[in-house]
Amino acid sequence: MAAQENALNDPIIICEDVHKWFDDFHVLKGITTSFQKGERAVICGPSGSGKSTFIRTLNRLEEHQRGTIIIDGVELTDDLRNINLIRQEVGMVFQQFNLFPHLTNLENITLGPIRVRKLTKTEAEEIALSLLERVNIADQAYKYPAEISGGQQQRVAIARALAMEPKIMLFDEPTSALDPEMISEVLDVMRELAHSGMTMLVVTHEMGFAREVADRIMFFAEGVVIEEAAPADFFDNPQHERTKLFISQTLQH
Amino acid sequence: MEDQELTQEIKPPTNTKGAARWLKDNLFDTWYNAILTCLALVCLFFALKGFLTWAFTEAEWDVIPANFRLFMVGSYPQEQIWRVWNAIYILSALMGLSAGLWGGLVFRFAVALSGVWFISALLPVELSTRGWCLGAIAMIAVSFFLGRGRTGLRPWILGGWILSFPVIMVVLRGFGENGVLTSNWGGLLLTLILAVVGIVVSFPLGVFLALCRQSDLPAIRWVSTTYIETVRGVPLITILFMGNVLIPIFMPGLDINQVLRMMFGITFFSAAYMAENVRGGLQGIPRGQHEAAQAVGLNYVQTTLFIVLPQALRSVIPAIVGQFIALFKDTSLVAIIGLIDLLGVARSIINNPDWLGLQAEVYLFAAVIYFIFCYAMSYASQDVETGLGIGHI
Amino acid sequence: MENNSPTAASGKIPFWRDVRVLRILFQVIFLLGVILLLTLLYTNMLKGLRGLGLTLNLNFLQDEAGFGISEGIAYNPSDTYFKAFWVGVLNTLKVSIIGIVCATLMGLFFGIARLSSNWLIRTIAAAYVECFRNVPLLLQILFWYTAVVGQLPKVRESISVFGGAFINNRGIYLPSPEPASGLNTWLWFLGAGLLLAVILYIVRWRQLQQLDRPGFRAKWALPAFLIVAFCGWFLTPGRPFTLDLPALQGFNYQGGMRFTPEFSALLVALSIYTSAFIAEIVRSGIQSVVKGQREAARAVGLKEGQTLRLVILPQAIPIIVPPLTSQYLNLAKNSSLAVAIGFPDLVSVGNTMMTQTGQAIPVFAMIMVSYLIISLTTSAAMNWYNSWITRIGR
Repeated sequence: MAAQENALNDPIIICEDVHKWFDDFHVLKGITTSFQKGERAVICGPSGSGKSTFIRTLNRLEEHQRGTIIIDGVELTDDLRNINLIRQEVGMVFQQFNLFPHLTNLENITLGPIRVRKLTKTEAEEIALSLLERVNIADQAYKYPAEISGGQQQRVAIARALAMEPKIMLFDEPTSALDPEMISEVLDVMRELAHSGMTMLVVTHEMGFAREVADRIMFFAEGVVIEEAAPADFFDNPQHERTKLFISQTLQH
Repeated sequence: MEDQELTQEIKPPTNTKGAARWLKDNLFDTWYNAILTCLALVCLFFALKGFLTWAFTEAEWDVIPANFRLFMVGSYPQEQIWRVWNAIYILSALMGLSAGLWGGLVFRFAVALSGVWFISALLPVELSTRGWCLGAIAMIAVSFFLGRGRTGLRPWILGGWILSFPVIMVVLRGFGENGVLTSNWGGLLLTLILAVVGIVVSFPLGVFLALCRQSDLPAIRWVSTTYIETVRGVPLITILFMGNVLIPIFMPGLDINQVLRMMFGITFFSAAYMAENVRGGLQGIPRGQHEAAQAVGLNYVQTTLFIVLPQALRSVIPAIVGQFIALFKDTSLVAIIGLIDLLGVARSIINNPDWLGLQAEVYLFAAVIYFIFCYAMSYASQDVETGLGIGHI
Repeated sequence: MENNSPTAASGKIPFWRDVRVLRILFQVIFLLGVILLLTLLYTNMLKGLRGLGLTLNLNFLQDEAGFGISEGIAYNPSDTYFKAFWVGVLNTLKVSIIGIVCATLMGLFFGIARLSSNWLIRTIAAAYVECFRNVPLLLQILFWYTAVVGQLPKVRESISVFGGAFINNRGIYLPSPEPASGLNTWLWFLGAGLLLAVILYIVRWRQLQQLDRPGFRAKWALPAFLIVAFCGWFLTPGRPFTLDLPALQGFNYQGGMRFTPEFSALLVALSIYTSAFIAEIVRSGIQSVVKGQREAARAVGLKEGQTLRLVILPQAIPIIVPPLTSQYLNLAKNSSLAVAIGFPDLVSVGNTMMTQTGQAIPVFAMIMVSYLIISLTTSAAMNWYNSWITRIGR
């Protein structure tokens, strides 16, 4: 497939037959895929298709009940050490930002580096300020999350994830909770990140962003990957009926 | 008054000032309000007249100054009273420094406290007492100016407040036979000690129990829930009786005196209620906060300490202060067990043949003291509540 | 597309790193700690009890109590300990139930007064609430008992209220209704009235359903029942009830209903103290709904009374009921302060049993179980009321 052709055949994420149930509800029905280092994958699909659950299993916010997940050579099991290792290598950005409201934006970013990476406060703040610069909100460092706009909060959240110097970034519908005029400022930051070579898995409905940035688009429905292809193929030559329907519906908006 | 907004239309800005206008708006705006006002005035007149006549002609207030020391410190020996003053001075110094550092509410409390000492010094008391009182004011004032503007001292002072608790206990108790046995602690002093010990110890215990009850490990959750619900199902007095009777049975070797037993009872009782208050705050923390903390790589202890508790405790400050007020009032129950706390002193004075028939005077005085402390706490709580805006969604 | 096999060997995880094992281990250690503590206390207790020459069982409940109880259902000192405890339970229930009714009524009154547009009424209500909730209940009980009830005149100088009720330092004496000859006939009237009411209720319900309009279903049934009951009272030959008036005989009043000084002081203090808290609950409950809602209701064109009945109360009651329930439970638990003035409630009786028999642990267990039953019943009743009232409001 298109993504594999130009890749180095050096997968950083390997998933084999990943299953997940919520009580009796079978959310993930055997996902088998892999992602290359530096690959930018966009995951889309109707709500309830398991796409969010899938990326949440990758840093153990959800536990997969069958199958294997290997991230950067470390298998995700009940081994506490592996879980901690993987969480440090995988950054995550949430739909609702989930910033810590009792900490300033700067403290939000430095918390992980100080407590987990054991950096000194000065080192952590230096990193945080340069990251805030990178996401274009250095002037908001000493404000609280409640005092800035949604788009700015999401950018702080991205900076917070980057501060852990992850190898992989997961985005769980990062623009869905934003007002329309703020979506582009977040997408700009993500675009810049993509160009820097970060491995990114993005769950999103922003099809323009997908077409422009993604190496590969995966289409989820009812817990399985129905179709995956490079953006050009995906949009212009969809194979599946479900995919066609989905594309026609999303592009109408 | 915030109530006013609800029931009153906003009047045009003309002629909004003046007593007559205010009277009309607030007391006589409708015919039934006018009738209500008149009725209330008549009732109030007779109630006040009855009370004032009693208070100024019949009541024998001599009983209060004559037993003032008893009310304050119970049977704490006279020659050791300097210990109490030393404790007060430690607190005054911290109060003054805090007033200088934080201002606002603490400053207002410091001023009020100085006022209390000033009035005490004006009362017909012994010369030495008068000196101690004025000294306390000086202490507050000096430390206020020392602390003013030096924000770098803040963490030290907070540490000082925490440290002051054991220090004061040692100062009050002294050592061995030369000190003052806890059985001699009494009056308002004992009430305050019981309340502070109860608050200081039951708070961490309650947080711990609440965390256990919210744990996803079933065994821990069940044990904590059983404890909390059992204690909450029983009246405090039963727990105090239990502490009094059962602690000696359960711990045959140890000689745990009655004050300590009551402290145990009050603390274990209060912890269960504290746990429920804290749990309310814990439940209010969105799942996303836990997830974000995990995604950053924090472990359970770090998530709890840096993310969950700061938010949860902040949101339940009013409930916790309410709990403190309840605890302060509840300490009066030790009088039933036989300790001579503030209420115990009141009871013993009434039973003293020298002061027969003065129940109303004595209880009223005790009530006023309890009221002042409770009201001050709820006032502080409201003030803190309004100051909570920032850093909070 | 997958050509890589998993690279990391999924071999055995050391147990100190395995989340699953750690979870179980943690719980086992915790439980062991708790069990160890309990065993330690238990063995200590057995040792202590042996030292006192006691064994742990409930047989003592069958023994003769040998102490008197000043009020409650028929009981004498030769009855068993169990009977004595039962008297205490009933006394607790009596003071709690009456107290809950009084506290609710007073709390409602002062809570609504706190929201009055009249400044004076509002201020008086606020002063009432602040005064009574910031002073310990025990102090209030002692105050009412020694400084008010205890200072009432002697029996010979009793205060008489309309010649039917008497107040003195031995208690409060009220006339009580006694069943008389006409009761049976009147009960027939009541039965007929009830039947009529049920029929009218159903008719009205059907009608409302047909009209497809909301309304008060008991609009006809309630007045009909009251009219029948009222007419029946006068049509019955002989009165259904006679009033038993208390009268001075010898050194005290006989007949009628008597509230002892202990009961009266406890009831007054409990009612006032709890009513201050209920007033705050009512006030904040209504206030939390009123903001915004009242304007919305006016915008829809509802009248003030309709706003209260259709918009504010249905929303305020679910907010008010849970804290109200815990106040009711507090009142029941607080009634245990009766022990300070010698009213024989269950804690007070239990306390006496404990000192007489030394059986502290069984008695504590009995007290705990009693309160547990009271709590569960009250919660269940209040939950039922809450769901019922929210259904009615819809």
